[in-house]
Amino acid sequence: MSFMGFSKVVLKNLATGPVTEQYPFVPKVYPDGARGSVNIEIDKCIFCAICQRKCPTAAIVVSKEPKSWEIDRLRCISCNYCVEVCPKKCLTLDTKYAACSTERTKEKFDGPAAAPKAVPSA
Amino acid sequence: MSERTIIPFGPQHPVLPEPIHLDLVVEDEKVVEAIPSIGFIHRGLERLVEKKDYVDYVYVAERICGICSFIHGLTYCMAIEELMKVQVPDRAQYLRIIWSELSRIHSHLLWLGLTADSFGFESMFMQSWRLREYILDIIEETTGGRVIFGSAKIGGVRRDITPAKMDEIMKKLDAYRKDVSQLCEQFMKDQTVKHRMRGIGMLSKEDAITTGAVGPMLRGSGIAQDIRMTGYCGYDKIGFTPIIETAGDCYARCMVRVREMDASFGMIRQCVNQMTDGPIEVKVTGNPTGEFFMRSEQPRGEAIYYAKANGTKFLSRLRVRTPTFANIPPLLTTLAGCQLADVPVIVLTIDPCISCAER
Repeated sequence: MSFMGFSKVVLKNLATGPVTEQYPFVPKVYPDGARGSVNIEIDKCIFCAICQRKCPTAAIVVSKEPKSWEIDRLRCISCNYCVEVCPKKCLTLDTKYAACSTERTKEKFDGPAAAPKAVPSA
Repeated sequence: MSERTIIPFGPQHPVLPEPIHLDLVVEDEKVVEAIPSIGFIHRGLERLVEKKDYVDYVYVAERICGICSFIHGLTYCMAIEELMKVQVPDRAQYLRIIWSELSRIHSHLLWLGLTADSFGFESMFMQSWRLREYILDIIEETTGGRVIFGSAKIGGVRRDITPAKMDEIMKKLDAYRKDVSQLCEQFMKDQTVKHRMRGIGMLSKEDAITTGAVGPMLRGSGIAQDIRMTGYCGYDKIGFTPIIETAGDCYARCMVRVREMDASFGMIRQCVNQMTDGPIEVKVTGNPTGEFFMRSEQPRGEAIYYAKANGTKFLSRLRVRTPTFANIPPLLTTLAGCQLADVPVIVLTIDPCISCAER
């Protein structure tokens, strides 16, 4: 009978466990290449600000003086564009998503302090 | 003659995934006329093209719709490629078809769940969304995103799929194909489903043409029109035939989508068999100039992108006509004369995507 068709599915569901992942008891496994959160190796960065110009949501702010690289995690859409255009390849995309936050804060990475300029001797 | 009353339907309604407002003019329980109003979520994405670099706009184009995101991005890319006379490599075209068809399957499974939910078949909703989740996992493995693929690019695609990965995916897809067809069979043979969908929301062949229906709405009324027949993006290489049903009711539209899902699995298999190694993108330099109309077949129907470029890196005009927008007039035709209780089912059989329609 036609209405009995679905009972097979129901019985199968009763016999097998839940389909959903039992997070947080079972940790979430992200596939390779998943677009999670942007990370920076600040020591390699030359502060060229190409990532800032290319970012579709203006989540990245780069400052040359003092040297710093800032990202607004709530604005970032993990599109991977900054990673593609970075000339020094110091940006990477982690497979894990950024942690939740309750307020809009910026994550700031400070570059090495500029070496003091040599004062010409009189 | 009984008194006429106006019943507001939406923009907030349990069956509606997105906001559309319909003023239903009813006589007792019978709908005499439906007056639509849209514009609750207009975002001005077409205007944004004047402020975003034409290369960066792909990210915006993909976000016009949350479900058929890849095909939106792809259509935009194809329009720009036509303007710039760029020939996309074969492998990139096959990858584009694979992702397009995966997004079609996931969109139709989403729709199947929502439709089942609209008349209270909640366990079918759960089952079809369970299967959709497996498809989303494959999309995430291959592109990095679950619904926003981010893999279309002007001149090709951003990511390749390795042969080992492809084999793994095909094994999974073959298993899912069986599950999906089993689920759909149970759905389509169900007495309640037939009772709620057969003969409801009739759209005749003539009405479908005069009101300008697109996609499964048009094919459910017996007209073989599918933009994939034009062979864009390499569809001509895989021997595509459109799927049609002739009844013109809700059941026929449902059947078109169900059969399309199976055909999509077949197309992915065919692409994988025909794919050869090669580059996945060509370098694009310079700026576009001229104007072009690009058409593509989305899960909901035909989308049209009109792009006008002036030789700078900013386009001067972009116009997007999405399938839901085209399907609103036929929806009004089908609503006239139906019972009030059938309205949710009829509205859902056009597969409304209002964010898409308002851009």
